[in-house]
Amino acid sequence: MVDAKTPPDAAAVRPSGAAPRRAGRPAAPVRFRGGQKRATAGSGRMAALLVSPTLLVLTVVVLYPTIMALRESLYGAKGLDPETGFISDTEPFVGLQNYVDIFGEAGDRFWNAFWNTTFFTVVTVGLETVIGVAMALIMHKAFQGRALVRASILIPWAVPTAISGLLWRWIFNSDGIANALIGQQVLWTTEGFHAKIAVIIAEVWKTAPFIGLLVLAGLQVIGKEVYEAARMDGASPVRQFWHITLPLVKPALLVAVLFRCLDALRMFDLPYLLVGAQKNSVETLSMLAQNEASNVRFGPAAAYAVILFLYVFLIALGFVRLLGADVVGDGGTARKAKRKGRLRRAPAPGRAEVSA
Amino acid sequence: MTTTANTTTKTTMTTPAKWRTWLVYAGVALVVAYCLAPFYWMLVSSLRRTSDIFDTTLLPSPVSFDNYRAVFDPSQGFGRALLNSLIVSGITTVLALLLATFTAYAMARLEFRFKRLILTLIIATSMFPVVSIVVPLLKLFTDIGWINTYQAMIVPSMSFALPLAVWNLTTFFRQMPDELEQAAMIDGCTRGQAFRKIIVPLAAPGIFTTAIITFIAAWNEFLIALSMTNRPSIQTAPVAISKFAGATQFDVPFGSQMAAGVLVTIPLVIMVLLFQRRIVAGLTAGAAK
Repeated sequence: MVDAKTPPDAAAVRPSGAAPRRAGRPAAPVRFRGGQKRATAGSGRMAALLVSPTLLVLTVVVLYPTIMALRESLYGAKGLDPETGFISDTEPFVGLQNYVDIFGEAGDRFWNAFWNTTFFTVVTVGLETVIGVAMALIMHKAFQGRALVRASILIPWAVPTAISGLLWRWIFNSDGIANALIGQQVLWTTEGFHAKIAVIIAEVWKTAPFIGLLVLAGLQVIGKEVYEAARMDGASPVRQFWHITLPLVKPALLVAVLFRCLDALRMFDLPYLLVGAQKNSVETLSMLAQNEASNVRFGPAAAYAVILFLYVFLIALGFVRLLGADVVGDGGTARKAKRKGRLRRAPAPGRAEVSA
Repeated sequence: MTTTANTTTKTTMTTPAKWRTWLVYAGVALVVAYCLAPFYWMLVSSLRRTSDIFDTTLLPSPVSFDNYRAVFDPSQGFGRALLNSLIVSGITTVLALLLATFTAYAMARLEFRFKRLILTLIIATSMFPVVSIVVPLLKLFTDIGWINTYQAMIVPSMSFALPLAVWNLTTFFRQMPDELEQAAMIDGCTRGQAFRKIIVPLAAPGIFTTAIITFIAAWNEFLIALSMTNRPSIQTAPVAISKFAGATQFDVPFGSQMAAGVLVTIPLVIMVLLFQRRIVAGLTAGAAK
């Protein structure tokens, strides 16, 4: 990940849409110095050929359902038509009623789910980041046993979320090990704030190690000289952490946190299995939408899904625009590099696994 | 490099340094315990008898495989669920890898218009809330009679598996030195031949790793499988385990749930350890240096 980045001006001279000549058979591997790499005649047509199947599939499985959800959210539920008194087989068109209901009739349940989702996201991602960074610092210092730590740190990630939900329900059972350890009888999986705590503990356990792994990858790129120089200048370990480590791992950390946020916003498996469906204390937007859909109330379900989608979109946009998270990790296109005024380090490898 | 590091540690190995070493070891132990304790508890609980499932001893005494026998009781249909999981995640992985290899190659090697935009869009779909597509697809699949079919689980799974695979593979292809391909093309290979004969064999570890990551993501999927099925014979393992029935409605069979959880997780743990080694082995170590 330390290869030379394309200088900002390279993008400007790049003949991106060069006329395709004998697609798939470049005349000669043209290669310019100064970052102009890989430019070959016929790239455009070949790229279209290679990329279009993926785009086609994603259109069918993501774009089309999204548009369907938008349309569906404008329809009501089948059943008794209040005006005519007949049972209708088709879903009536209700316009924006499903959205209006969110601010009125069905509002309590929606806002509860909305705040639960937000609360879980903020608290779990915050805790995960702190614990993950701490883990990474420890692992970075440890020279022996690193293989063991790396292996064990991947275990929580590998356990399926659904299974970890059941596992933590067992741990948080009224006669389970959690109560035995704290010597109290807390009914963790019943309604109440303790149910939220149970979900947060389980979620943090599963994901903090992974942030740790990503931050560790970022830490290992930082040269030793930087710390030596800082030590010469008399910087304390704490100052070194705040002024060297954190700024340098920031790009890797930012992407990790972004993905964790988006993952937490769609949280479903864990509260669903740890506490249960239709529990006010832990119901998230995903659970609410799924619950409505499984009760054949597709209209409201679609409206909730659309709102969740917009929410996720806004958070992602905020991260990329305000904090400058470089998700694509391509280094420097002219626009981006100019906007930030500097080239940024490519994020840690392996960040793709965050959403798994 | 290593020698200098060693000498510095030796010369500065004073009492505070020793303390710090111990502190690091304590930290490592803490991290390992944090990661493994709940998993260990699942393992221990799965090995207890039903009568002493509520014991809190650190080792099961006596060790019993009753729970594992109960899991494979024909009435639970767990074997079938494992097979379903294997089919759904296997097909999802193969399809995603097939499409993603070509796309990722284009992303890493070719220059074309809107490349960054397209890659951003593909990555953006991987962050898409799954429920947003499950709701409309549930209605669609109900209408066309796809509920309780494999394709009803495989098609929505592509929404996260494909972007994941594209992204991972793009990273792998980018890390591979350009020179190899350039050399092959100077020697008269077409780009297609260079891809087939140079890139694919060299990227095999990367493709394999991506396959594992995609497979794990598909294997762990719960929301789609839960929504798209209601017949036990087609359910995937995570859904089947969550619906394990006890003797009575209020009697949750924790023991067999833990045993089934271990059975579902162990293959992943083994794969993760292998995948770890793959990463260390590196992609093109020594190839173009």
